[in-house]
Amino acid sequence: MHIVVCIKQVPDSAQIRVHPVTNTIMRQGVPTIINPYDLFALEEALRLRDAMGGEVTVLTMGPPTAADSLRKALAFGADRAVLLTDRYFAGSDTLATSYALSMALTKIASEFGKPEIIFTGKQTIDGDTAQVGPGIAKRLDYNQLTYISRIVETDVAKGEITVERRAEGGIQLLKTKMPALITMLEATNEMRRGAIETALKAARAEVVTWNAEAVGIEDLTKCGLRGSPTIVKRVFAPEARSEKAQLVEVDGDAGAKAEALIAEIFGRAPAVEDDMREFAATHH
Amino acid sequence: MIEEKFDAIVVGAGPSGNAAAYTMAKEGLNVLQIERGEYSGSKNVQGAILYADALEKIIPNFREEAPLERHVIEQRMWSMDDKSHTGMHYRSDDFNEEKPNRYTILRAQFDKWFSSKVREAGAVLLCETTVTELVKDTQGNVIGVRTDRGNEPILANVVILAEGVNGLVGQRSGLRSEIKPDTVALAVKEMHFLPRETVEARFNLKGNEGVVIEAMGTITKGMTGTGFLYTNEESISVGIGCIVSDMSESGVTPYDLLEAFKEHPSIKPLLEGSECKEYAAHLIPEGGYKAIPQLVGDGWIVVGDAGQFVNAVHREGSNLAMTTGRIAADTVVWLTRRKEEMSKANFLEYEKRLEQTFVMKDLKKYKGIPALLHSNKQNFFGLYPKLISGALQTWFRVDGVDKVSKEKEIFQSFRRSRTLLGMMGDAFKLVRAWR
Repeated sequence: MHIVVCIKQVPDSAQIRVHPVTNTIMRQGVPTIINPYDLFALEEALRLRDAMGGEVTVLTMGPPTAADSLRKALAFGADRAVLLTDRYFAGSDTLATSYALSMALTKIASEFGKPEIIFTGKQTIDGDTAQVGPGIAKRLDYNQLTYISRIVETDVAKGEITVERRAEGGIQLLKTKMPALITMLEATNEMRRGAIETALKAARAEVVTWNAEAVGIEDLTKCGLRGSPTIVKRVFAPEARSEKAQLVEVDGDAGAKAEALIAEIFGRAPAVEDDMREFAATHH
Repeated sequence: MIEEKFDAIVVGAGPSGNAAAYTMAKEGLNVLQIERGEYSGSKNVQGAILYADALEKIIPNFREEAPLERHVIEQRMWSMDDKSHTGMHYRSDDFNEEKPNRYTILRAQFDKWFSSKVREAGAVLLCETTVTELVKDTQGNVIGVRTDRGNEPILANVVILAEGVNGLVGQRSGLRSEIKPDTVALAVKEMHFLPRETVEARFNLKGNEGVVIEAMGTITKGMTGTGFLYTNEESISVGIGCIVSDMSESGVTPYDLLEAFKEHPSIKPLLEGSECKEYAAHLIPEGGYKAIPQLVGDGWIVVGDAGQFVNAVHREGSNLAMTTGRIAADTVVWLTRRKEEMSKANFLEYEKRLEQTFVMKDLKKYKGIPALLHSNKQNFFGLYPKLISGALQTWFRVDGVDKVSKEKEIFQSFRRSRTLLGMMGDAFKLVRAWR
């Protein structure tokens, strides 16, 4: 079985610093990590491979330094790493990203065998859209399984996969035909520590590096900023909602003060009054 | 089972490990370097000053690529009491030379670069991997290492221990004893961000010129130690360190020391308006020559901080680390070419070569200093800086008192606090230890 895991190198959000003068995010010198959600996808892929045989290929699109994240994935136990990098990809939104990745995946299919399963994390911690995975599935016509918390069974002979999907109000048990694209939920497993032999192999491994041309992208207007209909108008920190504290001054005894206070609260939030009255009515 | 046997395994990717791995890999040896941190430099802490000479002997054209902050054109030596500092400053335009002598650096960036050179040279680097113990054969020769990635050993002809000050692998493998608290200093430092122009205006600098301040006195509250302040491109490194046993006796925390140092009236204005971006702490081996552990054995060599190669008097360490790493590597290359054994007897060549360099010559020269300063810490780090400051204040203050009376007052201030014999003894011992 050939499994591809799409990962993304993201800035370590715990260590992002803001330039004290310009108030912009200082990307330089901020350590990068593999998008944490992708690690659950990678571990799940490694487990499937270990159980059923086959290969795990990790794929990322990013600047040349994203090779660091691919090497880490190799040290965890992936068999092959592919870096899709080209300056034409800079500024891609989810539409352009899913296009470029799907082209790379098509090339992976022809070079290393068609993947039965493609994994992604449920979303990235820098973009937070959760759109790239479904985008790839649509473009490649893979069955789409999002927010998966557990893989119940894979039946290679029948070409079927059964999974648990966390949905609002419960867990769905889903079965579909492979090939399928799975976006993996967090906390579904724990990333392994690669054995010394794996780590040694990873330290020496060559990362397969492709540019736009290599994956057969001819129409560059579908890539990068030009291929991205999403426009970032402004980046800002939301203003803190500030309800100012108010001093309620009342003459009289404690009871009078309490009543004035309650009236003030109910005045501002009538729903609270309704709730309390209903509660009082039903609990007497 | 890993079939491959490496020519050498280097434990650690700091300056000594990188120097050793680079030197051997460049000479065509099959080198494996193992680092516990996420990348080379992720665990490394230093002031930090880079001494060009030591690196030049390894990578001659390093200035063209290495991430350097400022070249040092001015050195300030300060003796401090609570409100004053007595300074000896040396600044020279000669230091604005084509190939500057010293640089301030940020270790996280510099080490990453150095590590990239090591990999370019052909060494295999394994990060996020901790060497747990050395593997020995039945005769007790070291033949490889085990890591925290399972029980499987990795074999090599020689293991170079560039593992840093604690020497945990050496310790666990019974090659050395635990480091003693009176031979290591605990230093803490902060990085304070300031706009480039502010750094330059505040320290009277232009371009990439830099200033270094080394300070001693009551700032260490009677403990053996020093403080420092270095200018980087857009930041200032400020820190202070003391011998660990002094700290545990006094109960003063490193953090409190640094806070007080930053509040000192001579330091505070230099940091004004800055924002602290980073806080780091590290141990520094300061026991000098007498604290050097066994350096070689059958199949193993110790380099860098693990060998206590720090000249505390001159605040030099990374250059000793790089030099010992390079010379150990040279020795291994030399023995490999001659098809000689990696035995203790043959590794005496490493010690012999070290003796010829500034490393051993300097450490020998100052071998008495650490113990002397430590045993007289109250005087050297408290009393004398106070007396010097008091004397100079008396001397410079114009208050109607005649100069002869001032001289008498100064002389008496010394006599009151320390007997003539005691002072002469301290001076004598210091001179003797210095020679």
